[in-house]
Amino acid sequence: MLLKLKGGRVYDPANGVDGEIRDLYVRDGQIASTPAPDERIDREYDLGGRVVMAGAIDMHTHIGGGKMNIARAMLPEDHRGDPVARTAITRASCGHAAPGTFATGYRYAEMGYTACFEPAILPVNARQAHLEMGDTPMVDKGGYVMLGSDDFLLRLMAAGEDQKLINDYVAWTLQATHCIGIKVVNPGGISAFKFNQRTMQLDEAHPFYGVTPRDILRVLSRAVHELGVPHPLHVHSSNLGVPGNVDTTLGTIRASEGLPIHLTHIQFHSYGTEGDRKFSSAAARVAEAVNSTPNASCDVGQVLFGQTVTASADSMSQQRNSGFANPPKYVVMDIECDAGCGVVPFKYRDRNFVNALQWAVGLEIFLLVNDPWRVFLTTDHPNGAPFTTYPHLIRLLMDRTFRNERLGLIHPDAQALTTVGSIDREYSLYEIAILTRAAPAKLLGLADLGHLAPGARADITVYRNDPDRERMFSAPEYVFKDGDVVVRDGKVVKVTWGRYHRVQPEYDHGIERRLKDHFDRYQTMRADHMRITPDEMHAFGHGADVVTHPCRR
Amino acid sequence: MPASPVIPEAVSNVACPFCGLVCDDLEVSTAAGRVTVQANGCALALAAFERGNSDGGTGPRIDGVPASLADAAATAARLLLGSRLPVIGGLATDVEGARAAGRLADRLGGVLDHMNSATFLRNTMVLQDSGWIATTLSEVRNRADLLIVAGGDVVSRFPRFFERCIANGDTLFGEGRTCDVIFLGPGVPAGSTIPGIVPTVIPCDVTQLAAAFGLLRALLAGRPVQAESAAGMPLATWRALVERMKVARYGVMAWAAGDFPFPHAELTVQSLCELVKELNLEGRFSGLPLGGSDGDITADAVHLWQTGFGSRTSFGQGIPENDAYHHSTARLLARGEADVLVWISSLNEARTPPPTSIPTIVLGCTGMAFEREPAVFIPVGTPGLDHAGHLFRTDRVVALPLQQLRPSTLPSVADVLAAIHAALEES
Repeated sequence: MLLKLKGGRVYDPANGVDGEIRDLYVRDGQIASTPAPDERIDREYDLGGRVVMAGAIDMHTHIGGGKMNIARAMLPEDHRGDPVARTAITRASCGHAAPGTFATGYRYAEMGYTACFEPAILPVNARQAHLEMGDTPMVDKGGYVMLGSDDFLLRLMAAGEDQKLINDYVAWTLQATHCIGIKVVNPGGISAFKFNQRTMQLDEAHPFYGVTPRDILRVLSRAVHELGVPHPLHVHSSNLGVPGNVDTTLGTIRASEGLPIHLTHIQFHSYGTEGDRKFSSAAARVAEAVNSTPNASCDVGQVLFGQTVTASADSMSQQRNSGFANPPKYVVMDIECDAGCGVVPFKYRDRNFVNALQWAVGLEIFLLVNDPWRVFLTTDHPNGAPFTTYPHLIRLLMDRTFRNERLGLIHPDAQALTTVGSIDREYSLYEIAILTRAAPAKLLGLADLGHLAPGARADITVYRNDPDRERMFSAPEYVFKDGDVVVRDGKVVKVTWGRYHRVQPEYDHGIERRLKDHFDRYQTMRADHMRITPDEMHAFGHGADVVTHPCRR
Repeated sequence: MPASPVIPEAVSNVACPFCGLVCDDLEVSTAAGRVTVQANGCALALAAFERGNSDGGTGPRIDGVPASLADAAATAARLLLGSRLPVIGGLATDVEGARAAGRLADRLGGVLDHMNSATFLRNTMVLQDSGWIATTLSEVRNRADLLIVAGGDVVSRFPRFFERCIANGDTLFGEGRTCDVIFLGPGVPAGSTIPGIVPTVIPCDVTQLAAAFGLLRALLAGRPVQAESAAGMPLATWRALVERMKVARYGVMAWAAGDFPFPHAELTVQSLCELVKELNLEGRFSGLPLGGSDGDITADAVHLWQTGFGSRTSFGQGIPENDAYHHSTARLLARGEADVLVWISSLNEARTPPPTSIPTIVLGCTGMAFEREPAVFIPVGTPGLDHAGHLFRTDRVVALPLQQLRPSTLPSVADVLAAIHAALEES
């Protein structure tokens, strides 16, 4: 099957293509080079006047796993108001902030997204996360597995074990859980909360193990680097949401000691203590630090106004935030000497000073980080807002007039404290394609996603070139997944199951003896059962291909 | 149909599907196709695995007459195609069976309702209204220095709970850990003991526990208290208890919703959970909801993630609509609103369908005995015995792999539902 996508305006930053009118060819699910003149074209799409990009990639979105299912259980009101009716090809589902997996997959595809990465998979909960992602249709999936408050790692560190042994454990965890990256959340803090500690500073010793968050960041970023895992350590820093946490954030950037580091939902970590309310934007300082640290990248975790739910492994922070729950209910859990979680519904309001300033802080980060390859478009779904708000966010970035109109609606004291109104920058389509396609693929080591050169997967999104960028990005005219049209005019027309992406770094199997001993003595499940088999992955994913990406060493 | 893998005669690390603890350390012998638990089995497991040895031989039946699986599936499909509101009930199955049931309910516009809904909805309603602070089994095992069990004895529902979570001396944080155990209610049945544990029993009236929790909350907050007793126990008892709770380093309050079989028990669970939350203003304390038996947490979890709603969800209008009252199997049968019942019960042959006059399709354990022969009976394998599968543990966190332990020709629930689905599409 040979398709020709004719005459679209192509934005493909990975290959330096900036809005050139081009023909694309698709053969057997991949982008193909220009065929010989006598080859038969099976189908031609005339894309004159259309904007063509690779399928979008969400590199940080909470789409599957225990905490999202707790959020679903907690929020019947969220679900009643937002049903997805079944059709001849799609399943009934529902939910605005915490949608079911079917609604999640359909809606992502209908916005032109073709890959999603779940950023907080607890090793003991990995099987559930993969089951949920397996039931998420349309998009490719992958996940980052969490370490850093698990007692096994903290004991290794407290005993002064060699980095090599820690690397083996990290690699074992990636293999057992089929993930593509390592995440650390409030390093050591989730464990410290189990000892009734309520805050954790970067250089504060863990109450039992004595190690500091900085120590944990150092050994994990080193493990990720030495194993050759493409994605840098994915860091949710200490002190999430705390006024004045900017110092922790800047310290965290330095803690990797020059190794690659990714700071996630950095908006929630960019707060100062200036002003009458002792809450201010420190986005400029954070953006400057990112600009001057080439080994650092960040995603924003933009706040947008409305009802949502926050779901995080950071039980310490979520307990602290539980008083702000709206509606007033929350769940906090300690989990299996492995990690924790907290689920707190939130309603961000533009007339609330703090929420309004959070909105502005996120936009300042977007507008002040110079290098679009090192800042990623996320709302930390659903923590800052549901992923369905992305088209609105894109318009805020691309349309200064619209942005300033919106700025005029927020709490006046927040307006007075933000520089958003004085920043002229407008993102171009090329830059949006970097943030949402090329850069995530590069950061995750996905060689055949996020671009449109021959050999890439034919995941392609075609938009009408509408000056209202929100409308444009809400409902693409076509979405191709592996060469098939799966969305037409913003509606699913074919259901597919995507693929899984993972890495499988090698390790010395001696670590398995220590894990078996640890699990037999202390845990309530066997170490063997942590390991998810290839057959399980196949069955969970409705037969989806599992792609193993190479580690560089 | 399950494949026939080579099954070794001695199998280690077997996960047991017969209660919500899903212990995964059983040692099992499978010699000559006979499954015997050699080590780490509790009374429930021994009996259930042994029951599995005596069944077999029965095949599908249509109106009591032996039939092929294909004919039984086709008959089931015909009944379902003619139905205006089918109920897919029971749902005692593994993850794979629950996934298939969700797909079938969506296709048919039916209702999903687990046989234990009435029990675990006592917890779900609390999650929906106010939430909780909770913990999981390994945290209890390593950290708890105070365990309060509210309502029941735990042991009869979850026999190895104390052995696995409390009685061990070797923890991550040092050997010789001791954990005080306090029962609110009858405690362990007369004549039985928990090895290694000398519990304190506060023999209060379980139906009045909500009042006791209210009193404890008032005492904890230092509010003036008028009551001289609660739940049949004097104020001094509760005052002493709250002082003990306040000094716990890691306290745990466990309950099984099944031990609160009285109207509006969700309010008892809620007052328990609010007390635990308030204990966390100063210290650390966690709830431990115990459930998960008969695959209830498994089915609820699968349907939650697929559709946004768990048990008691109707797809009759083409969208998921959840209603704990309207979509109960018992009510739909009593009011004549449902016209076909699909009953799924693959873990315990004693869990037979409720009495009803509407056509019933049973996917059940082979030895199942019926007061009234169902329209269609399809014997199915038990996950973790006849075929592989997955089951969620009580904590909603750990999903464990179940394995096939004996040669079996019995199809799984997922297999049968797929066959019915295929027959629907052919019609």
